[in-house]
Formats: sequence, structure tokens, C-alpha cells
Amino acid sequence: MHPAFSVIFLTTLLGAGQGLFLAMFTGQLYAIAGFVPAQDGPFYGLGSFVALFLLVVGLGASFFHLGRPERAWRSAAMWRTSWLSREVIILPALMGLLFIYGLAHWMNWTAPWFSIGSTLEVDATLMFGLLGTIASFALFVSTAMIYASVKFIEEWHSTFTVFNFTLLGLASGFMLAAGYSAYIGSPLVPFFGTWAVVLTIAGFISRAAHLMRNARLQHKSTVQTAIGIRHNAIVQKAQGAMGGSFNTREFFHGRSELTVRMVRNVFLVLVFPVPILLIVIAYLIASTTLPIIAFLIQYVGLIAERWYFFAEAKHPQNLYYQAIS
Amino acid sequence: MTQLALVIDLNVCVGCHACVTSCKEWNTSGWAGPMVDENPYDGSPTGTFFNRVQTFEVGIFPNTETVHFPKSCLHCEEPPCVPVCPTGASHKRADNGIVLVDYDKCIGCKYCAWACPYGARELDEQQKVMKKCTLCIDRISDPTLSDRDRQPACVLACPTNARLYGDVHDPDSEVSVAIRERGGYQLMPEWGTKPANHYLPRRKTQMHISPDELTRVDNPLRKEDLTTYTGEETLDDLAW
Repeated sequence: MHPAFSVIFLTTLLGAGQGLFLAMFTGQLYAIAGFVPAQDGPFYGLGSFVALFLLVVGLGASFFHLGRPERAWRSAAMWRTSWLSREVIILPALMGLLFIYGLAHWMNWTAPWFSIGSTLEVDATLMFGLLGTIASFALFVSTAMIYASVKFIEEWHSTFTVFNFTLLGLASGFMLAAGYSAYIGSPLVPFFGTWAVVLTIAGFISRAAHLMRNARLQHKSTVQTAIGIRHNAIVQKAQGAMGGSFNTREFFHGRSELTVRMVRNVFLVLVFPVPILLIVIAYLIASTTLPIIAFLIQYVGLIAERWYFFAEAKHPQNLYYQAIS
Repeated sequence: MTQLALVIDLNVCVGCHACVTSCKEWNTSGWAGPMVDENPYDGSPTGTFFNRVQTFEVGIFPNTETVHFPKSCLHCEEPPCVPVCPTGASHKRADNGIVLVDYDKCIGCKYCAWACPYGARELDEQQKVMKKCTLCIDRISDPTLSDRDRQPACVLACPTNARLYGDVHDPDSEVSVAIRERGGYQLMPEWGTKPANHYLPRRKTQMHISPDELTRVDNPLRKEDLTTYTGEETLDDLAW
């Protein structure tokens, strides 16, 4: 498949935004439980607004993927069957919840609505944080299922796709939360940093398993089933187009195998070991800049990861375009 | 339920591209506006086509044969491109089973093209909407046309009659009979898309002659002949 940067930025920015929001809410929950020191409202508020900003930029990037962006509103119609439609509905819903959650923290709307037992006082931030968490995970699943539900693209048609999108999004979000805390000067850097490392390791296990699965993949379709002729030696002589077509542009990455392998190796280094190392060093020397650098490096790595995700996928229609593939 | 479809006979297709050009001509002049053509007379022409003819060489020289393979939307009975469309622009008509795109609703997200294993959909680079074979819906549903003209443009254009058109759900239709009696098959059956379009395989007419059929074993002349032959010309050589 041809990796489109609009979609690469959409999925990576959304992942980081959702992850950052979930990091904020996790921090709040841990503070309620008394495991970490409670932060003032604007800390969570600003963090949520940064997350919201990432979602807005991601949504903006997605419009560049559309041929007719002015009709984008129509895409909410088919939520019964289309994961893309579901994503289109959940994303603005999450944006709204994030905005209210951030605003409630920012304005200190913390008067409890009701309490569960004698200890847990449920206020606006907790309520909208909970709804936002549900929406965030729903969005992770929807975004990933857009790819995982296409059964012909066998590299994508796997549970690993959903796990990777979720875990890598969470990892970059918590990484950003660590960077954000370090920048603000909050004592939560080790807390977010630890989670970021744990999630990055989990993401590595899932992504590596996905790579190994795809390396062994046997494609169901062959040129024999594509044109229905039973012979081992079939060579394409003409593709029905001289200067290429949509089919030769959309479904081929157009790079050498060497480039694709290089991008894979780059993302395996930038997404996993480097940020973990930087977070550990930041913890040891109490650096406030290294967590930010760790996030930026991991984000660049995630762009490479998503590029490879597209480039790796071989669409069965490519069987009809042998001279290119 | 009606399911209109094409049946393409690979045995008689000569790869002349008449179906390609007639399809382009009809559909670029139609109600949906022109189909893009970039550099049509230049070095690398590219554009949107509903129908293309590809050519494959089967076998290893000298035992090769050339197969011309016309390729368009197969109007699947389980079209994977339809449920993924977020706007509902991509749909399958209930009355005749044709898979169509509503060009006024399409947002050009290309998701349907990803979800089609056959690569039957092409984005129009000028109108920025997804386009595909309509089975000439504007011809076949036009009551002002005669019965003979109420067929897809490609079918009318084919000089070797390699393209049959009809209802594959009617067991007595020309297409159903052709599929049943001439070994019609579907492309990529492994995906369960149930393409409505079928292809008829290449067929070679072969005569099987065994050596004893070339010699008349009950030749009465041979039975009574007492001559010892040493390889010279005989009556058999002259008569047979």
C-alpha cells in the first residue's frame, strides 16, 4: 500500500492525544487513591488541552486524505457497518469530553455530585474523565479496526493491529505526559515515565509479534486465483494502461526493498530502546529535558512505524499489476 | 432477485480493447461528467477507466499462449466495498444487483478501493470521487432505447462476442447457460465475495487419433497378398 502522510499523522497524533489524556486521568485516579501527590486543576486541565490540540491537528491532517473534504460530514452516516464511520463519530465526541474534562479541571469545578461509599466523591472531572476513557479506548479500537477489518490485506487483518495501535498510542501519550510534567516541573515525571516504559515494552512485544507473524504470512490469493488459469508459469505482458493508473499509484509504495527494511529498523530503534533509555537516564540524573526529547524521538519513530505498516501491506489487487509489484 | 452481470469468454477474446474504448467513450460523455484523461497524447497517458484489458503469457516458450483478460467491476453478490463506505455512497442496487457509487455523496476517502481485492475501483483525479463500472446503468435502464441497444457499451462493441450480458440468477438466461455448460468461474473465490461476473475458460479443440486408426487393419488386399515387401511403394501408399 502507498503510505499517505495524512493518515500517518492522523493515526499517530490521535494515538498520542488519547494516550496523553489517559495519562492525565490515570494521574488523577492515582492521586485520588493517594499513590501520587495530587496536582492542582490547571495541571490536568492544560494536559487535556494539549491532548485536545493533538486530536485537532490529527483531524486536520485527515482532511488531506479526502478527495472531497467539504463532504466529510456525510461520513458519519454508515456507523452500523463502517469502522471509518464509527471513528468519525467517536473522534468529535472524545474531543468534546476532553474539552469539558480539561475545562472542569481548569475552572476547579470539583464540587462533588455524589459520593460512592464515604471516600470516593464523584465530581465533574471524574465523571467526564471516565466517559473520556471509554471514548478513548473506543477510538483506539475504531481507528485500528479500519485497517484490521479489511480481510484481503492480510498483513493488517490481525488482532495485533488493534493491540499495536492502542499500546503504541498509549506509550507515546504517557511519554508526552512525562515530558509535559518535566517541563511544568511536576513531581509526576517518574510516575508517567514508568508507565511510558511499561507501555513501550508492551508495545514492543505486540509489534515484534506482529512483524514475526507477517514474515511467515502465506497470501491466500495468487495470480492463478486472480485470473483463474491453472498454470505455474504466468507472466503479465500488459497492464491495460501505459502511464500507470490509480491502481499502480495507490497500492504500491514505490520504494526499494532496502528502503522498507531500513525504515523498519529505524522504527525498531527509535520507538522502543532509545526512549526507554532516555527515560531511565532522565530518572537517574533528574533531567527535565530528556523526557521531552524521549517523546519527540519516539514520535518520529512512530511515523516510521506507521509508514512501514502501510508499505508492508500487500494488496491482492497487486497481482493484476505484476510489472510494478 | 435479479443480478445483472457480464460473462467474459477468454476463449474468444482477442485483446482488441474495443470494450475499453467504447466504455470510456460512453461513460465519459454521460450524465456523470467526463472521466479524467491526463497526458492523453503524451509520454505517459493516465486516466480513469471502468474497464481495462490486461495480457498474460501462460506457459514457458515454446509452449506458451497469450491470454487477454478484460477486467472491470465484478458486481459481487457480497460486495466488500459497500459496508466499509462511511457515507453510503457505495451501494448495491436491490432491483438489479449492480454495485454503484453515488458521485454526489462520495468523499474520496479511497477506503472502498482498499476493500476491493480486485482493484476494480479507480479514483477520478479531477472529480476526486471513486469511480467504477456501472454496467452502463444509464443505457440498460433507458426505456427509450431498443432492446438491442439496452446493453452495456462494452458488450455492444465486442467484435468477437466475448462479452455476454444478462441475469445470472435466471437459470435459463444466456449467461447462466454459458456459466453452467462452458465452465464459467469466478475470480479469487477464496474471499467469499461471490462475484456476479464470471469468466469462461480457454478451450482447445483437440482431435485424438491413435496409430491404428491410420492403418486399415482389415484391408482385404493385405489379407490375400503373398508378396514379400522390402520397403517399396505399395497399393496402400497410393490408396490411403
